[in-house]
Amino acid sequence: MLITIAKFAVVLALMTGLAVIMGMYLARVFNLGSHSLAERQTYRLLGIDASTEMSWSHYALALLMSNAVMLLLGYVLLRLQTWLPWNDLNIAAQTPDLAFNTAASFITNTNWQAYSGETSLSNFSQMAVITFLMFVGSTSGIVAAVGFMRGMSRSSAQAIGNFWVDFTRTTYRVMLPLSFVMALVYIWQGIPQTLDSSAVVSTLEGTKQQLIVGAVASLESIKHIGTNGGGFFSMNAAHPFENPTPLTNLLHILSMLLIPAALTYTFGSMLMKRKQGWVFFGTFLVLFIGFLALTYHAEQTGNPLLSALGADQSMNSLQGGGNLEGKELRFGIADTSLFVTTTTGATTGSVNAMHDSLTPLGGLVALAQMMLNCVFGGDGVGLINLIQYAILTVFFVGMMIGRSPEFLGKKIEAKEIKLVMLSVLAHPLCVLGFTALATVWPGTLDSLNNLGPHGFSELLYAYTSGTANNGSAFAGFNANTPFFNTTIGLAMLLGRFFTMLPLLAVAGSLAAKKTLSESAGTVPTATPLFMFLVVFIILVVGGLTFLPALALGPLVEQLLMLSGQTF
Amino acid sequence: MTFPTKILMWPQIIRPALIAAVLFMLITGLLYPLLTVLAGQTLFPFQAQGSVITRDGETLGSALIGQNFTQPYYFHSRPSMTQMTDPDDPSSSISHPYNAALSAASNHGPTSKKLLSAVQDRVQDYRKLNGLSANTAVPVDAVTASASGLDPHISLANAYLQAQRVRVNRGMSQEQILAVVKAHSVPRTLGLFGEPRINVLQLNIALDEQFKPVLPTTQLHENNHEE
Repeated sequence: MLITIAKFAVVLALMTGLAVIMGMYLARVFNLGSHSLAERQTYRLLGIDASTEMSWSHYALALLMSNAVMLLLGYVLLRLQTWLPWNDLNIAAQTPDLAFNTAASFITNTNWQAYSGETSLSNFSQMAVITFLMFVGSTSGIVAAVGFMRGMSRSSAQAIGNFWVDFTRTTYRVMLPLSFVMALVYIWQGIPQTLDSSAVVSTLEGTKQQLIVGAVASLESIKHIGTNGGGFFSMNAAHPFENPTPLTNLLHILSMLLIPAALTYTFGSMLMKRKQGWVFFGTFLVLFIGFLALTYHAEQTGNPLLSALGADQSMNSLQGGGNLEGKELRFGIADTSLFVTTTTGATTGSVNAMHDSLTPLGGLVALAQMMLNCVFGGDGVGLINLIQYAILTVFFVGMMIGRSPEFLGKKIEAKEIKLVMLSVLAHPLCVLGFTALATVWPGTLDSLNNLGPHGFSELLYAYTSGTANNGSAFAGFNANTPFFNTTIGLAMLLGRFFTMLPLLAVAGSLAAKKTLSESAGTVPTATPLFMFLVVFIILVVGGLTFLPALALGPLVEQLLMLSGQTF
Repeated sequence: MTFPTKILMWPQIIRPALIAAVLFMLITGLLYPLLTVLAGQTLFPFQAQGSVITRDGETLGSALIGQNFTQPYYFHSRPSMTQMTDPDDPSSSISHPYNAALSAASNHGPTSKKLLSAVQDRVQDYRKLNGLSANTAVPVDAVTASASGLDPHISLANAYLQAQRVRVNRGMSQEQILAVVKAHSVPRTLGLFGEPRINVLQLNIALDEQFKPVLPTTQLHENNHEE
């Protein structure tokens, strides 16, 4: 127990330290006036003028269009897989609906996988489609946040920066070097990195075992730094080749939290409001610690139904115990709980344990964090989501005490609130609407791996994960059907762009306003009180929206498990 | 710094979008992973190829990937849910533990009857195989399937309960078997991360090197010979 608490404390301290360093670096990258040689060459190839700034709508359009073309390129390459190189195992191309789902999934930073990596993708596709889309998908999220932060920091301005410049810089100065260095550490720890597709060995008992290998390390590093989450292998970061040691597990966790946490510092730094950045960081942290404690407690307590059968789940000097179904022994309960909380908080979607086999409350945490979608959140979008709640909080507080709502010196008016509400409502509408549709869709039952309330949780999880651009799954659920590929694909696109675009519009609108100096009537937003108000608003809005659905799934399952009812 | 008020679709949006897609695909999707292959193969060739262990020129497995053990003179790995295509019926799958070509888990929820009946069977099999009394609590890792289906490790508790069986089948003394198990137990990283554990494949390789099984099955030798 003491070790567990020490472990959690060390991880959170490391995360905080790295957030500061990375936050400073990001602020420098985004504010820099000069361009490197590689960057200037890139601008020339793209045929753009780096000194031209864009309005929010121009910026958003560039983002949308580049993402659309990249999605299309990914789709085409997946469909052409059989004609492309490095396909030693002769893997067939994905079907049209599956290829759409995959391309949409990776460009939106979701990384939902309706396929198994080992049997569905060649080494070429793992690099030129998956790794490529992981880079550009996550970079798009960061770039949206950069435009957003710039908009908020400006006064009476029309422009929020140049999309192509921000995109190029983030790729060259942040994502590529970080991923490369991390990939080397991963290879050292045992993650394969080769152009071979497989190796066959003869086991001690004399049978053949085919090991699937490939360019795993280079995918694994961007997968976590970019909060992407799609695995090279079917079982993702639970597979020993994706996550061989407790050290790689720790590095995965720190990588996932790195940019979402750092952006709060960057925000404070770009707006010259350091305290505000820390308040946002604190909001993330408070929610994270609460959810982590709940997951750890639920998983370590284990499944009483297994104890009744003679399985020893206790923690003692010879074993870690806990609910080990669908978990890897090298991580045990504590490191797995950290990973579960991180991957669903930072909406990565990589898994080092099967979420389908979590205890009901452990599964509830995973679901709830994706529903709130702002416990650190994905690269870039996590911060955008949080600020959306902060604006909402300012609005509520303003209404309660009769002051005109202001946020960071900008008046919050009907237009901003409408846009924020569009984003706040699109998310649950997408999650709950599609889940409701799926529950009445004929054939849905055939896709479920579990019966009873857990079966409903599998459905709810699929659309929550898709909409929140998380990508993890209650993976027993068979999502590779035309209905699910299409609806989950749509959920990913809606979830991505109905958050990003309205909030970019908010940034554009705020940039155009004059920054007012604080008056006695201003509600201060850089205080611990405001931090708890934001936490409160997030929980109230999220709770009111999603609690009924959660009650039908994990909550009722928990009660049934305790009463010994099985399915 | 200039700021145009009108957006020109082709030069400002569509053309750069088309070029960016191809350019960044080449850089991040090919150049970067290939450079990493080059660096990885140069710096860490053993790991980059999958940490494959060889003995007398034969490849025995990966140090990181678990194997299925059924013989009584071996320590056994955790239950695995991996499958393979049924050779008699390509449209269905059959159980094939530790199939590293397709990782898999049960994905059974905590109230699943399938999970509970599987655990019940495993508890009974484990007690019978290791000569334990009917009320011995069995370590949870020995009766639950891992997430990857390729988990290379077992807990110390699990290893100690299996040690008696392995000892008898290899004619070892109590001290000898405990010494080997102890030598192969891996502590937490930096005293904090992960769980204390034992790599089953490496433990069994060490046993094979030092203590020959008492009753080697003929089938095993034939198989080894073929390969």
